[in-house]
Amino acid sequence: MDGSGKWDWDIGKKEIADINKWKETFEWVEEIYSSPDGEKAAAVVKTGEAEFSVCENGTAWENVFDKVWSLRFAPDGRLAGIVSDTGEWTLAVDGETWESRFEFVWNMQFSEAGEGIIAAAQSGRKYLAVVNDTPWENGFADMANLTPSKDGTGAAAAVQTVPFGESEIFKFQEGCYSVAVDGKTWDKNFVNVWEIAFSHDRKHVAAEVRTSLYDYTIAVDGVPWNQVFSSVWKPLFAPNDASVITAPVRIGGAWTLAKNGQAIWDKKFPQLWHHAYSPDGKKIAAIVSPKFGRWTVAVDAELWKLTFGDAVTDAVFSPDGKRVACCGKENGKWTIAFDGNVWGGIFDMAWQPVWSPDSLHVAAKLEKNRHYFIMIDGLPVKKGLEAAWDPIFSPDGKKILLRGIEDGKYFREVLPLK
Amino acid sequence: MHGLYNFVSGPMVWIAFILFIGGCLYRLVSLASLAKEKDTAVYAYMDFYYALRSIFHWIIPFGSENMRRQPLMTLFTFAFHICLICVPLFLFAHVVLWKESWNISWGFLSDSTADVMTLIVIASCIFFLVRRLTRPEVKFLTNRSDFIILAIVAAPFITGFWAYHQWAGYRMMLILHILSGEIMLIAIPFSRLSHAIFFPLTRGYMGSEFGAVKNAKDW
Amino acid sequence: MGEPAVKIEESKVVADEGLNRGMERLTPEKIEKVIQSVLKSETGSRLKVYVDTCVHCGLCSEACHFYLSNEKNPSFSPAGKVKQTLWEMLKQKGKVSPEFIRRASEIASTECNLCRRCSMYCPFGIDIAYLMLVVRRICHKLGVTPQYIQSTAHSHSATMNQMWVKEDEWIDSLMWQEEEAREEFPNLRIPLDKEGADIFYSVIAPEPKFRAQLIYQAAAIMHKAGLDWTMPSTPGWDNSDMCMYTGDNEVMGRLKKAHFESAMKLRVKRIVMGECGHAFRSVYDMGNRWLTWRMPPVPVTHAIEFYAELFKAGKIKLAKKYEQPVTLHDPCNIVRGRGLHEMARYVVNETCEKFIEMEPNREHNFCCSAGGGVINCGPPFRNKRVEGNKVKAEQLFVAKSKGAKTVIAPCHNCHGGLEDIIHHYGLGMELKFLGDIIYECMEK
Repeated sequence: MDGSGKWDWDIGKKEIADINKWKETFEWVEEIYSSPDGEKAAAVVKTGEAEFSVCENGTAWENVFDKVWSLRFAPDGRLAGIVSDTGEWTLAVDGETWESRFEFVWNMQFSEAGEGIIAAAQSGRKYLAVVNDTPWENGFADMANLTPSKDGTGAAAAVQTVPFGESEIFKFQEGCYSVAVDGKTWDKNFVNVWEIAFSHDRKHVAAEVRTSLYDYTIAVDGVPWNQVFSSVWKPLFAPNDASVITAPVRIGGAWTLAKNGQAIWDKKFPQLWHHAYSPDGKKIAAIVSPKFGRWTVAVDAELWKLTFGDAVTDAVFSPDGKRVACCGKENGKWTIAFDGNVWGGIFDMAWQPVWSPDSLHVAAKLEKNRHYFIMIDGLPVKKGLEAAWDPIFSPDGKKILLRGIEDGKYFREVLPLK
Repeated sequence: MHGLYNFVSGPMVWIAFILFIGGCLYRLVSLASLAKEKDTAVYAYMDFYYALRSIFHWIIPFGSENMRRQPLMTLFTFAFHICLICVPLFLFAHVVLWKESWNISWGFLSDSTADVMTLIVIASCIFFLVRRLTRPEVKFLTNRSDFIILAIVAAPFITGFWAYHQWAGYRMMLILHILSGEIMLIAIPFSRLSHAIFFPLTRGYMGSEFGAVKNAKDW
Repeated sequence: MGEPAVKIEESKVVADEGLNRGMERLTPEKIEKVIQSVLKSETGSRLKVYVDTCVHCGLCSEACHFYLSNEKNPSFSPAGKVKQTLWEMLKQKGKVSPEFIRRASEIASTECNLCRRCSMYCPFGIDIAYLMLVVRRICHKLGVTPQYIQSTAHSHSATMNQMWVKEDEWIDSLMWQEEEAREEFPNLRIPLDKEGADIFYSVIAPEPKFRAQLIYQAAAIMHKAGLDWTMPSTPGWDNSDMCMYTGDNEVMGRLKKAHFESAMKLRVKRIVMGECGHAFRSVYDMGNRWLTWRMPPVPVTHAIEFYAELFKAGKIKLAKKYEQPVTLHDPCNIVRGRGLHEMARYVVNETCEKFIEMEPNREHNFCCSAGGGVINCGPPFRNKRVEGNKVKAEQLFVAKSKGAKTVIAPCHNCHGGLEDIIHHYGLGMELKFLGDIIYECMEK
C-alpha cells in the first residue's frame, strides 16, 4: 500500500468504465474487480467459442485462453489470473503468461505489498508452489495450506513427506506430513500440519501441528514446543521479535493465548482465535467467546463489554495500535464495532473495517438488500451502489478513495474527510 | 415396640422429610451447578415453551407413539404413578396426621377408594416385577438394585394395606409401614427414584432440543 | 475387571485392523486413565442425569431397528448397548479389559446409528445417541476405532475433506462438470470464489469423487433458477464430518471452522448444502457447538428446504412430473434433526405423479442403518448393518406392495444404506435423490 502516495488524490469523481458496454461487447462478463488505486476495472470475459480473456477498462487482453479464473488485482496494482493455455495451466500477469507451465494451477495468493505472487501447482502428480514464476525444485505427494512470506520472495506449505495407503491408519499416525519452506522440508514429520506463519523477517516459520491423534502444539522451524495441548489455532510471530511466537491453545476444555508454549493470558475462554498483533507488536487482540454462544474482542485479555450472538470476525488494529475494529453479527444482521462500541444500523453483510492512517476514523463497506454502502464512523458517505470495494484513506488521512459501480458505470471518487 | 413406634413416628419422620426435601434440593442444585461448569450449552438451548410442550405430551396417557404401542405398560404406568402419588397425599389417615401436627388439611379419599388405589399400586408392582423377569429386553437391563427399588416402592403400600385391614400382626405392620414410607422418601433423591425429580429436566431438555432447535416432535 | 457383557461367538468377531491392533496396544492402566479423564473432564450433568434417571424399563427397545431386526435380541436394544458399554465403565470406574473396549467400540460405532429414534421412545427423553458418542470418544482416545472410518477421519484432518480429494482434483471436478453442463446449458457457470454471492453451495467429498452428476444437477438447478451462487476453490468446501462420529471432536471443530470461515470469507448470505444428513448434523448441531457458535454463524439451508423454496417462488418450472410411483425415506438427521419432512413431501408432491407413504414415517421413520458413521466403518461391518435392518426392508416392501417403484432418499448415507438393503433383500426398487427427480423433470 506504500504506493498509494503516488495515486491521484484530487478531489472528484472519475468514471472509468461502462460495464454495460462490456456486456454488449462480450458474450459474457464475469465478476468485476477493481485495482487498489481505483484506476482500473477488470473481468474475465468470453471472447469467442470456448475462448476467454480479460477485459481491462474496456479492452481485452491480446492473449486468449481456454479458461481464465481467479482473476484478482495484487496490492501493487498488477492484474493476475490463472489461465489454461493449450491444455497447460499457468498464471497470466497483466496479460503476459508465466513461463512455467503445469498440469494444474490454483490457490493464487499475493504477499502483503503485492510484490510476490504465488500459487499451488501440480504436474505428474507432484505438488509444489510457484513463487513469481519460479517453481519449487521438489514436488510432494500432496500439499496444503500454502502461505506466502511477507516479502513475497518465498512460500511455505504443509506437505506429505511419507507415502502411505489410505487404509494404513497406523502408519498415518506415525506422522507423514511436514512443512516445506521454499521447497525444503523440515526434518521432523507430524501427524498433521495445518496453518503456517512466516516471521516478519522471513527467516522463521511456525505451524500448527498434531504430534499424535491427541497432542497438538506449535512447531517452529521444525521443532515443536515442549508443551502439548488438546488443540491449537494459527500461530503468529511478534512483528518485531521473531523469537516470540504466540498461538491460541486449548487447555482443560478452554482456550487461552500461549507464548512459546506458556500461557500468557490469565483468562480462559470457551473460544479464542484469530489473534492479531498491533503494528508495534505491543498489544494482542483476539476474537473470543466469553460464554457459550456470545462473541467479542479481547485486547490483552481485556474483554469488550459489547458482545454479539452470531459471530465476530475481521478484528483489525488501528495503525497506532490503540484501537480495534471488527465486524459483528447479531440475529442474522451485521454491523461494525470498534473499541466496544457499535455503529447504528444493521446490514445484510459487512466487510473488514479500514482504519485511517491517523487512527481517528474507521470506514467500511456494507450491504443491505443488494445495495452497497460506504460508511465512515457510522455515517454513510455513499449509498445504493450496485457494487463497491473497500474504501482507502489517503496517506495524509484527509481524503478517502471510494470505488464502486453506479448505473452500470465503474467509478473512482476521492472525497475530503470533514 | 412402643419405643420403636415412637421413634419411627417421631424423629424418624423429621429425618425422612429433611433428607427427602434436602436431598432433592441438593440433587437439583448440584446438577445445575455441574451443568453450569461442564454443560453450559444446556442453558443456551433450554426453551420453556418447548420443554412444556414435550412434558405435556408425555404426562398425558397415550400421548406418545410409544405409549400407544405398549398399551398395557402405559395403563399400568399411569395408574401406578397416579395412585402412588395420590394415596399417600390424600389418604384420610394421613390427612388427619397433618391436621393434628400442623393444623393444615385438604381433601381426602374415601377409604374404599384408597383401598382400591393401593391395590392398583401393588398390582402394578407385581406387573413391573413380572415384566422385569419375563421380558428379555427388560431382564437384560435388570440388576439387583431394580428389585430393591421396586421393593422400596411396594413396601409402604403392602404394609399399609395390611395394617389398615388389621390383619395378624398389624401393629408391627404399622411400624413397618411408617418405616418403609420413610425409606422410600429418603430413597427418592438418592436412588434411581430420582427420575421423579429429573423427569421434567430430561424431558424438558429433549423437548427443547427437538422443538426449538430441530423443529421436530419428540413423542 | 469388566468383561464384555455378551460373549460373542468366536466366528462372529469381525476382523477389523483398527479394532484389533488398537486393542492390542492397550494396557489396563491406560484404559482406566482415559476413561476416568473423559468422564471427569469432558462429561458433566447430562451424562450424570441420564445414567441416574434411566429406570431400566426397556421401553427404548422397540425404537431401534437393530433390536427389531435381530429377533429382539436385547443386546441390540438402546439401553442394552449403554449397559454393555458406559454403565460397565462407570461401575468398574474405568477398570475394564482391552477386549471390553474393543467390543464397546464395535457396539457404539457399528451397532448404533445415533439416529435418535430411541430418544423419542424413552419416557425421559434420555439422549442415548449422546451416550454412544461418549463411548466413541473414549474409544477414540484409546485408539480403538474401526479402520475404515478412522482412515476417513485421517482424510478429514489432512485434506479437510472426507475422501482424500486433493485440492486440484476438487477444482478439476467442478470445471469438468461445468464444461459438461455447458453442452446442455450454454451459459452455465459454476462460479468459484465469488465474493458477496447469495449462496455458498457446499457438498460432501463423495460428490466430486463418485457422484459428480449431483454437482452437475445442482449447477443446472441454480442456473435455471437464476441464482447468485458460488463454490469455494480451496478447502472448506466439504461439509461432511466423520470426525464427529469417531469422537475426534477437535478435528470436527477444525473442519467446521474451515467450512464456516470459507463461507464468511466469501461474504455469502447463506450456505446451501446438498442432500446429506450427517453433514447437516455437523454444521447445524454438533460442530458449531464445539466451536461455541450456538447456531451456525452463516445460516445453513438443506437442499430439501432449498428446493421447497424454489418451487414456492416458482423459480423452477417443470416440463413433466416424475411418472413412477414414489415413496419417501425420511433421513434422521434432517427430520428428527431439522423437521424437514413436510417440506420434503411438498417437493415430492410438486414433482411426482404419485406419492405413497411408507410406514412409519416422518419423525418415526426407521433409520437406513448406514448413518452415524456405520456405513463408513466399511465392508467388515456391512452384513451386520444390512441384516441389522430387516425392518427397513419390510417397510420398503410394504411401500412397494402399495405400488411404489422408486424410493426417494434425500441423504447420501441413506442412499448407501438403502442401496445395500434393496439389493440384499431383492426389493428391486429404484433409488433417487430429490435433485435427480427435479433435474429429470425440470424445463431445461
